[in-house]
Amino acid sequence: MTLAPAAEFSVTATDLVRSFGSRRAVNGVSLSLSAGDCLALFGPNGAGKTTLLRMLGGLLRPTSGQATIEGVALPGGVELRARVGLVSHQTMLYDALTARENVEFAARMYGVADVRQASQRVLQRLGAESFADLRVQSLSRGMQQRVSVARAIVHEPSLLLADEPFTGLDAGGASALTRMLADLRDSGATIIIVTHNLDEALALCTAAAIMREGRFVRLDRTPIPARDEYTALYRELSVDAS
Amino acid sequence: MPPRTTARRTPGVLASALAITRKDLLIEFRSRSVILSAVAFAVLAITIFFFAWDPTAVASVDLAPGVLWVIFTFSGLLGLHRSFGVEQPTRAIDALLAAPVGREAIYLGKLLANLGFVIVVQAISLPAVALLYNVPIGGYVLPLIGVVLLASIGLVAVGTLFSSMVVSTRLAELLLPLLALPFFVPVILPAAQATARLMNGRPVVEVSGYISILGAFDIVFLVVCTLLYPYTLEQ
Repeated sequence: MTLAPAAEFSVTATDLVRSFGSRRAVNGVSLSLSAGDCLALFGPNGAGKTTLLRMLGGLLRPTSGQATIEGVALPGGVELRARVGLVSHQTMLYDALTARENVEFAARMYGVADVRQASQRVLQRLGAESFADLRVQSLSRGMQQRVSVARAIVHEPSLLLADEPFTGLDAGGASALTRMLADLRDSGATIIIVTHNLDEALALCTAAAIMREGRFVRLDRTPIPARDEYTALYRELSVDAS
Repeated sequence: MPPRTTARRTPGVLASALAITRKDLLIEFRSRSVILSAVAFAVLAITIFFFAWDPTAVASVDLAPGVLWVIFTFSGLLGLHRSFGVEQPTRAIDALLAAPVGREAIYLGKLLANLGFVIVVQAISLPAVALLYNVPIGGYVLPLIGVVLLASIGLVAVGTLFSSMVVSTRLAELLLPLLALPFFVPVILPAAQATARLMNGRPVVEVSGYISILGAFDIVFLVVCTLLYPYTLEQ
């Protein structure tokens, strides 16, 4: 299934499969996304959403199939990983370090030339400057998630993979995160977001897919059905089926 | 995509490794969680051995090398367990693995941090043992430090690899010593022998063979463990 009509895709996948023993967690997923696309991935637990994200992020090798990120084929090694940013419901931050130290460490890992300037810029952009010098362990969940996004985009990735980033956030925190991701999408990054939060994701995405048993069972691109209609579809295709 | 405002280049192995080392040491400096328990363990063990020791039956220079290497081994294990444990609570290891750095850089960074940790504990334990057991080490302190450093590199090389392997298991604290201790033996044996000879006032040339063995094990362990580390990661 192809989402983007343009010939030049930021992300492509063809019959992507990942097995764990005899179980196929991802079972023949194909997709194409252009720069600036945001794909929301919905589906019940165990549908293969996280496995798909981990493959696209270079953390898991596909069992079969092909995928490319900006023309770099999976698994791709350092060249591929340099193009990707990763956000999860777990912050992937070090509690004993400050927000700034966490972001600067990520910048060093991605070979950013001016670590301090880049970190300062991204912390400012995400409104995290006021608590940048506080240790992560003293920050609220929403603040930590903001720092986590800063850590993930300090190297200006072409593709941001977000795995249930709204988990544990209150309504205000979820809205703030949606705005941040929309800002990033508008700046030209491709985003794939895995979530159970239909409201926030549908407000953000330019495409939406429902996964079940390792496959896309539905894939829509703009215009995506209205919220109520999509919720009913989601329930029909994933919740009831599971 | 709009033009990228942040210049970047793939970081080298050494630069990435040193950034990881610096980060790990900073976290330990801030939390002091493991260094304090390792030092407490070392002091306690030295004291227990001291009170269990009968000076009329065993000379201090015969007992001290054993005490020293028991302490170095087990206090080192405490730090090794922490090495990858610090990455687990918030899955920071995923961010590390998603970064465009070679897996060997992650291993070497962790190894250097562990080595720093072990050296700090040794720098406290060695004078404490010398003082309490009345073993004058002034005459051979440099060769002794050389033996300790060489052995530490071998121990940490193996321990860092096993720490990575067991960190996500439920029995990590049990599995790490079970897996690592058999591989420590080829390092601890020559190290303890060399330490005993130095403490007994034998000439340095007499321990050169042990130093060569330690050097050889260091090279083998460093190369093999660096090559094996990527295979310990989920792929």
